[in-house]
Amino acid sequence: MNFKYRYLILTVITTLVITTSCFNDLNVVPLDDEVATSALIYKDPASYKQVLAKIYAGLAVSGQEGPTGQPDISGIDEGFSTYLRQYWKAQELPTDEAVIAWNDGNIHDFEDMDWDANNEFVTAMYNRIFFQIVLINEFMRESTTDKLEDRGADAATKAEVVGFRAEARFMRALSYWHALDMFRNTPFVTEGDGIGSFFPEQTNAADLFNYVESELLAIESELTAPRQNEYGRADQAAAWMLLAKLYLNADVYIGTEKYTEAVTYSKKVIDAGYTLEPTYAHLFMADNHNSNEIIFPINFDGTATRTWGGMTFLVHAAVGGAMSAGDYGVDNGWGGTRTTKEFVAKFDTIPSNTDSRKMFFTQGQTLEIESVANFTHGWAITKYSNKTSTGVNGSNLTFPDTDFPMFRLADAYLMYAEAVVRGGTGGDMATAVSYINDLRGRAYGSTMGNITMGNLDLPFLLDERSRELYWECHRRTDLIRFGKFTAGYNWTWKGGTKEGNDVDEKYNIFPIPSSDLGANPNLQQNAGY
Amino acid sequence: MKFKNVYGKSLLLLLFMSLASWTFAQRTITGTVTDAENGELLIGANVTIVGTTNGMTTDIDGKYSLKISEDATTLSFSYIGYGSIELPVGASNILDAQLSFGENLQEIVVIGYGEVNRNDATGAIQTISTKDFNNGAITSVQDLIVGKIAGVNITPSTGPGGGSSISIRGTSSLSASNAPLIVIDGIPIENAGTGGGRNYLNFVNPNDIETLTILKDASATAIYGSRASGGVILITTKTGKSGGKLNVNYSGNVSINQAIATADVLTAEEYRVLIIDKYGENSSQANLLGTENTDWQSAIFQNALATDHNVNLSGGIKGLPYRFSVGYTDVDGILIGDNFNRTTLNLNVNPRFFNNTLQVNFNTKAMFSNNNFVDGGAIGAANAFDPTQPILDENSPYGGYYTTTNNQGLPNGLAPTNPLALLDQNLRQDQSNVSRYVINGSIDYRMPFLKELRANLSLGYDAARGEGQVIVDAQMPYAAIDTGSITDYWSETNNQILEFYLNYVKETKAGKFDIMAGYSWQHFYFNNYSFSRNTSGRVIYDEADESPGEYYLVSLFGRAQYSKDKFLATFTLRRDGSSRFSPETRWGLFPAAALAYKIVEDRAGAVNNLKFRMGYGVTGQQAIGPLYPYLPVYVTSQSNAQYQLGNQFYNTLRPGGYDLNIKWEETETYNVGVDFKLFNNKINGTLDYYQRYTSDLLNFIPVAIGTNLTNQITTNVGDMQNSGLELTLNGTVYDKENWTVEIGGNATYEQNEITKLLASDDPAYQGVFTGGISGGVGNTIQIHSVGFPVSSFFVYKQKYGDDGQPLEDEYEDLNNDGQITPDDRYRFENPAADWFFGINGRIGYKNLELAFSGRAKIGGYIYNNVQSDQAQYARLVNSTGFLVNAHSDIQDIQFEQPRYFSDYFIQRADFFRLDYVTLSYNFDKFSDNIQNLRVYVTAQNTLLASNYSGLDPEVGGIDGNVYPRAQTFLFGVNASF
Repeated sequence: MNFKYRYLILTVITTLVITTSCFNDLNVVPLDDEVATSALIYKDPASYKQVLAKIYAGLAVSGQEGPTGQPDISGIDEGFSTYLRQYWKAQELPTDEAVIAWNDGNIHDFEDMDWDANNEFVTAMYNRIFFQIVLINEFMRESTTDKLEDRGADAATKAEVVGFRAEARFMRALSYWHALDMFRNTPFVTEGDGIGSFFPEQTNAADLFNYVESELLAIESELTAPRQNEYGRADQAAAWMLLAKLYLNADVYIGTEKYTEAVTYSKKVIDAGYTLEPTYAHLFMADNHNSNEIIFPINFDGTATRTWGGMTFLVHAAVGGAMSAGDYGVDNGWGGTRTTKEFVAKFDTIPSNTDSRKMFFTQGQTLEIESVANFTHGWAITKYSNKTSTGVNGSNLTFPDTDFPMFRLADAYLMYAEAVVRGGTGGDMATAVSYINDLRGRAYGSTMGNITMGNLDLPFLLDERSRELYWECHRRTDLIRFGKFTAGYNWTWKGGTKEGNDVDEKYNIFPIPSSDLGANPNLQQNAGY
Repeated sequence: MKFKNVYGKSLLLLLFMSLASWTFAQRTITGTVTDAENGELLIGANVTIVGTTNGMTTDIDGKYSLKISEDATTLSFSYIGYGSIELPVGASNILDAQLSFGENLQEIVVIGYGEVNRNDATGAIQTISTKDFNNGAITSVQDLIVGKIAGVNITPSTGPGGGSSISIRGTSSLSASNAPLIVIDGIPIENAGTGGGRNYLNFVNPNDIETLTILKDASATAIYGSRASGGVILITTKTGKSGGKLNVNYSGNVSINQAIATADVLTAEEYRVLIIDKYGENSSQANLLGTENTDWQSAIFQNALATDHNVNLSGGIKGLPYRFSVGYTDVDGILIGDNFNRTTLNLNVNPRFFNNTLQVNFNTKAMFSNNNFVDGGAIGAANAFDPTQPILDENSPYGGYYTTTNNQGLPNGLAPTNPLALLDQNLRQDQSNVSRYVINGSIDYRMPFLKELRANLSLGYDAARGEGQVIVDAQMPYAAIDTGSITDYWSETNNQILEFYLNYVKETKAGKFDIMAGYSWQHFYFNNYSFSRNTSGRVIYDEADESPGEYYLVSLFGRAQYSKDKFLATFTLRRDGSSRFSPETRWGLFPAAALAYKIVEDRAGAVNNLKFRMGYGVTGQQAIGPLYPYLPVYVTSQSNAQYQLGNQFYNTLRPGGYDLNIKWEETETYNVGVDFKLFNNKINGTLDYYQRYTSDLLNFIPVAIGTNLTNQITTNVGDMQNSGLELTLNGTVYDKENWTVEIGGNATYEQNEITKLLASDDPAYQGVFTGGISGGVGNTIQIHSVGFPVSSFFVYKQKYGDDGQPLEDEYEDLNNDGQITPDDRYRFENPAADWFFGINGRIGYKNLELAFSGRAKIGGYIYNNVQSDQAQYARLVNSTGFLVNAHSDIQDIQFEQPRYFSDYFIQRADFFRLDYVTLSYNFDKFSDNIQNLRVYVTAQNTLLASNYSGLDPEVGGIDGNVYPRAQTFLFGVNASF
């Protein structure tokens, strides 16, 4: 019997030895050289700039593969999910500047102004904003002096990373400003919050306003001087521009007027050495990276930076009907976006026909919009193009090279003028008028469009902003600041009726998406939703 | 000699135990058990006294010696892999038995790491063997048992060589796999295809299959632990017979496939009338009409030929049974140019050594397949293309095909591409080769010193490689601008498995114990490569890139079976570790227990056998998609998602979202069932009822924003319930003289409900949107919601006019807020049928036989996306100057705009389909050379009764331009030489 057990025990032991030695196989690390754990990734000093590049790219592309693949956020078609495409839709479609033909999800909630907390586009905008914020928080945690020290980074890397961190904070302030402007009472997380199972606290307008302001002021000295940084990277002027926008809208956000500060910071931008691009249309063409007017762009490239959102969307969607796609440097139009007759009428005032900003395509298009779904209803807009200023196509006919002018000098002029008109000190009406006339001089190619001090009032400024800055993601914010968004001004198909109607004032901000209300019990829905 | 001693001792012990129970007059029967074919001794064969649990196993000389009481009349002899026999005890005290290898297999059921007598099974297990397989143009293993088993839902694929979808007992997961685990000759197969392949099971030639065993309830499947939530299918391939003569067998068939139904779009004439009526005779829209009458659908489909040849050689050289087979299949698809061909090789060698104490099973399978794929987009393009335009245009620079151009004379990217251009091999070539080798061997050793104990070591290696190329010519309209494209890709998988178990079987007076404990290690490795660029190579669409990955599964498992008299019990336990999860969560424990009681056993009369079973078990699901969901990883962007800073483009680095706590889904199943045989064994059947609770359901849900590096992650939050009733009946209805009539039928009732989806309870949370449709971008028609079945349709309630037609854009205001908003949508039905039926039968007269098999499903619904997308005027005329065909329903409903979300488009999908009808004739002893010859004709998919208005009620939820199911007529021959 002993014999029997000896064999048994031997077998059992052998089995145990074989088996336990294999349990360690369960500890795996990625095999794909494009995927690496965070512990490995920062061993390479070059990685800091690659993460910084991702922070900027977060405004442009949808994920790690162009034009689609490995998306950053989900829950919506990847092509829709890009920051700029969402931001454009949220800022333009609920206004007189744009309608869209397609039947994508509940996209028409924007024109109808009846979105709710389940709207996928509102949700995607919100998710994009916070993708940026959490990405930047992660970078801030991984790029501290201590961590660089631990990893044995050299002095050059350390010095460079200081600047990267300031830029990252600018980018976070930019996204938090969007959160403030569109959602107001959002969750609030900084690099002090890690990744994992916790419920972020909800912030409010006042705290968020203070945070964005304090961040921008704190990094001001660490950012590169205006126009001294590499193209596409934020500098002091970008931070000033954002401060000016924050202050100009302070009354909307926190009920306190900060027009003097708005004057101060728009003046800083104006004095920083930027110049107006001589030809308006060149600001929106494939070689606009050469422009000295653009303060902060979102970069696109036909070969290296491909997306179905961003500039691809802005150029293609506007082409349809009898338009020749080739005239805009692209292979095909998508037949989507046009404008209302109310926007067209902005050019009806004092000499209009020679205003070079009036970029409409009207052949085969009706001014009236009987059906939003029909591309030929409503005039088409030819502002964005994938042709260069010399008429050459961009590097690819599907993916434009054109960069998006997020901040440009003309906006600083208009903000200065508005802040002065609204009572801000530190500036004067005469200068304001001269800035406006610089813009109009460019638009008309002469002084025929010039205004006088008597013309410079708030209604004029709202209209002038739309003439100068239409389709550049300003309109919703502007209409709200001027009290014309939900009521007091109606346009075709506003509120879902052809004549347009007033809507509830709750629509001045978007709702907190129900997806996040469900996931985070600390959140309260915005009033009225 | 030592062994003898040991033997002697144990015999003494046995004798002693027998003495203790000696109450009656007894006698001792002795004998030898041998292999019927070659006379070899069988060691460890079971000898039991029928009517009792008393018995013993044979010694190393194949001998037994058993005390029996005077009233015992019969002894039963059995041995693993051999048929069992019962012999009457006569006057002689010597009773020898010869058992035949491989016989009577249907009575032995494989159960995973072992096998069990059918009558002793305690779980919900069903086996289908060769004679009950469907007979037709079958290239996919799954199709052998379509409609045969209650609770097993198989939807045959439509393209050549395609994989059928198979689910056992419905849906148990939302985002992880619902496919059953497939185990072929003991090797669990990774449920993933190879790039360039059509069906991951294509390496198995259906002609090589001996049995398919379905483990349905958790008491049976839990031995496979974390991969068993979708059920388990055990596939056993055919083997040779020990000592058998060389047997050569040929089977082959030739078949013709044709499309029997096409989408209901307007003819050219109808279309002309529609456009002119709508827009006027000389309107700009009417001016776009062409002068041709083209039926695009009939132009893209063909009558397709398929052939299948199989030769196998089997036999046994002394103790070396072998079987070798070669199969060749060539199938054309009904879509022009679509082709699949495959060669399979299969070798089984099953030598036995040392008087059968050492059994070796060696199996190798190889598969080589070539595919010619065609662009399936041709089907949608044919439905949409303007029927008044010609197919060819001699002036066209695009391969001579009529092409819709824009106002610059370039192909209009918004218009459908000419479907014949899409299918033209000169314009688009899409070919792949896939090879796969599966080699596995097992060694089963019965310990000579302890013959109740056997050890089994099994090793397997599974390697596959697929490679292909897609060349799109510059003349292809959609590729004209970038001057065509070339995509090269390959994909490979290398999986290894090692499994070891010990099995101890002992029959004592206290009952029979069958105890098994084992260990399993599996490694899965895969790699994919793809490189896509334009023909000049200057424009890169998708950079050359490999993406390898791997995961490991390590497991310990055990099972104890106990039986005494009419009582049976089984307990199993499996501990699984998966590298997909963090060290804290990677181990899962999966227990199961089952009890059975044989109320009636082998009795004559109306009720011959009746067994009651009940079982409980826990299974898991680890096939959750990502390989490292718990690891924080950075992903480098590809060269087309770079970002420019200054004058340089940077590959960006993105930290990805992760869930440190992610773990298995767990499913608990309760099952009760009865197995019965009635009326002198003429009817047998099984009835099962189960309830299943899935918890920690993986759901791709929103995370609290700000807490992770993305907005949605896959995490364990949901719960779901399933329940079902399954009945299978098989009977010989008539069996007299030259006639036999056998009928089999099964019925299944299934339902499921999601009971939890979020960590917190949020009444405003609607659920997970799913079911993308065509029309718009990113639109979904289905939703997973708490309190409703999986994938319920989420739609508006349509209002109808007096004429019964839907009123455009008029819906019920379900929340009574005076307006129609997305909140007025409701959850209306779902794609899964409530009832499934299968019926099959065989009517034989002498050597002539008619067999049939059909299925029905009741209670499922389909969203008719072809109709919702094409029955609307807004789509007819594109502003860039071309026309699009319409679904004929447009004439009735007259919708101006698309109304995708109307419940009008949700339609019942009840159907009955006659899958196979086969008429065959068997020539016994056909000639001196041909032992047996069987010729047959099969008609496949000949009858469909359905109230669904679209093409096919089996499209699975959303009907959008599907590859039509072919009707097949087949002639086949089986011959043995």
